[in-house]
Amino acid sequence: MLDILHDYWLLLLIGQYPNGPLGGLAMTLILAVAGILLAFPCGIAIALATTSPYAALRTLANGLVYLVRGLPLLMFIFWAYFAIPALLGENAPGVLTMLIALVIYESVYLAEVVRAGIEALPGGQTEAARSLGLTNMQTKRLIILPQALYNMLPSLLSQFISTIKETSLGYVISVNELTFAASQVNSILLTQPFQVYLLLAIIYFLLCFLLTAAVRWLEKRVEQGRRERKVKS
Amino acid sequence: MVIRFLPLELMQGESGQVLLKGLLATLELTALAWLLAFAVGIVLAVIRTSGLKGTDTVVGAYVAYHRNVPLLVQILFWYFGIATLLPMVVQKWLNVHGGGFFAGAIAVGLCMAAYVGEDLRSGIRAVSKGQLEAARAIGLTFVQSMRFVVVPQALRNVIPALVNETLLLFKNTSLLMAIGVGELTYASRQIETQTFRTFEIFAITTVCYLVISIFIMLGGRALERHYKVAGR
Repeated sequence: MLDILHDYWLLLLIGQYPNGPLGGLAMTLILAVAGILLAFPCGIAIALATTSPYAALRTLANGLVYLVRGLPLLMFIFWAYFAIPALLGENAPGVLTMLIALVIYESVYLAEVVRAGIEALPGGQTEAARSLGLTNMQTKRLIILPQALYNMLPSLLSQFISTIKETSLGYVISVNELTFAASQVNSILLTQPFQVYLLLAIIYFLLCFLLTAAVRWLEKRVEQGRRERKVKS
Repeated sequence: MVIRFLPLELMQGESGQVLLKGLLATLELTALAWLLAFAVGIVLAVIRTSGLKGTDTVVGAYVAYHRNVPLLVQILFWYFGIATLLPMVVQKWLNVHGGGFFAGAIAVGLCMAAYVGEDLRSGIRAVSKGQLEAARAIGLTFVQSMRFVVVPQALRNVIPALVNETLLLFKNTSLLMAIGVGELTYASRQIETQTFRTFEIFAITTVCYLVISIFIMLGGRALERHYKVAGR
């Protein structure tokens, strides 16, 4: 297995770059980071809509949440896979397709995280802000979101780990990421599928396990921060 | 160009047959993987709460592997990796009898077992210690107090989480198209290459997934309401 790593580490790390498209682990990380960064503002918007005082907006946002939660990510990937070239022309890259599908899917899951953070705050926060004369939007922006987002930091990072795992589905539409790179290595070697896929699993494991450890550390810090603020007040 | 959108047409004839077979395969895979996930999940939770030495590490490693490796990679590993380690006779038999189906059900089931096991464990831990002590004090054996006092309360607490895992499991069966299992997503790809009526067939599949998902979500709500204790 070490010899596979020795021979193909560059392909697994960055794909055929610079002689061909960027791929491998680098593309997995780019997809995951870009996906979560683009999904974040959408997620906040959806969360604000699901907790808004306007019933119509709530219904619409909840409908969207049900729709996305009820479908496999693969369905979004295939919809994007066929719709994006129809909209943007035949040359739309697979990475863009994958990114769009990821952003739609992750937005809703992030929205659920944000909503949980908003709902975990005591209602007195909103009531106090409103009675000070802040508008609904001001209350959300200045009082609720800053507190909620801080408490949610660990959950947000967890969602990032999920996103890394979900980028592996790009393999199905031949997006040049880590899983795809491993399958390329497998078809070059032909005789060692066990070793190649074990290696792939180990790479993902190390990446996500380290990030999970970071989540735990962050959880402790956030918990501590909340306790200290409570003592002060 | 005339835009045609007649999804109902695809539900008849040959493509209708393929679609129906795919839908049935998805339901079968979901059922099989669900049974496996809950059976293994319960065992994992019991082992981990038993407090025996070393069990925490073993179960912890099991959970860490299944949580930190993408399910698709686990599936590929089962199908391309572990299957090749089996004896030749078994491999041949599997090839003839659709080995992807079993490899897929095992991969999805064992992965979700890690999540189910953790849910159950946190449910058991959330039941206060006094419950077990009180049950023992009035003369129930350990097994009886688990069975009649602790586990019913624990299950009640984790129903929402378990319903969520069920939904995830159902959605995750779609990944098995990557190893050529003829489930719903695979079937729709197949019809798509035959008829080129891409959006129509994907509209049908989307509705199928959505209906079953909503069914699971509503079923979960009903279950929650049924077991809800008044005043809590």
